[in-house]
Amino acid sequence: MNSDKQSSEDFSLEALRAGDKNEFARLVEAYSGVIYRLAIKMLENPQDAEDVLQETFIKAYRNLPGFDGRSSLSTWLYRIATNEALMLIRRRKHITVSIDEPLETDEQEQIPLQVTDWCCLPEEELMSTEAREYMDRAIDDLPYTLRVVFLLRDIEGLSTREAADVLELSEAAVKTRLSRARLRLRELLSEYYRERLQSQNAAKGEKPQ
Amino acid sequence: MNRETCRHLLDSLSDYVDGTLDDTLCVELEHHLESCENCRIVVDTLRRTIYLYQVTAQPPTVPDDVRQRLYQRLDLGDYLEHK
Repeated sequence: MNSDKQSSEDFSLEALRAGDKNEFARLVEAYSGVIYRLAIKMLENPQDAEDVLQETFIKAYRNLPGFDGRSSLSTWLYRIATNEALMLIRRRKHITVSIDEPLETDEQEQIPLQVTDWCCLPEEELMSTEAREYMDRAIDDLPYTLRVVFLLRDIEGLSTREAADVLELSEAAVKTRLSRARLRLRELLSEYYRERLQSQNAAKGEKPQ
Repeated sequence: MNRETCRHLLDSLSDYVDGTLDDTLCVELEHHLESCENCRIVVDTLRRTIYLYQVTAQPPTVPDDVRQRLYQRLDLGDYLEHK
């Protein structure tokens, strides 16, 4: 999240543009962790994530001489990485996915159906290994266009403006997609935790809610 | 969540939990939450969902073997030890 971020101002753009290996190594060290984490969550596959990680920094090095500094370095790196991931997904699925395409059916409004209050479950239940695996699968179930917005905003800690800049979308589009992603995840998690709550209540000999 | 007001306010919930909802809508939503238990639960579980994803996020690290291959691919092998 925010504490993971290093300011782009910590780097000498002049040195980076000139191809200074030392400065580039510092950049790789600072950002490879967040780029890899994003790629893993976007692609669900360590090999693909590694490819995206490598391609991101290869392209960054190649294009740094022309980097105009209008975006921050981190935004620029995230943009390269998300584009690389998108290309991999297209290649793998043989379908056309575009981040700026209009909202599709599966991106439509998520009407909350689950209204069980599971907030009272103990943290060890909420964060059990099984729960975490379920949470990962819920992210994988999101359409790509929602997943990437959720990851940039809520996991990587980018602001709406920064996420809009990375994805070259309007801030309104980022907000809408974030809202849909969060509501969809809430719905999926609610299905899971409702069952946990029911089995907990059953174990106590109480009626399920 | 079938009521007209609940549907109307649904798109505001994400901004509300971020604290970025504009004042007018915020007042309207909070007024609604006082009388609508379902919406209160949706807001609470929405907050909890985001919180759970954030606290369980993996740290931003690259496994050693992946890092090694990255540095070699970038011709930065000399910098591998500066971790």
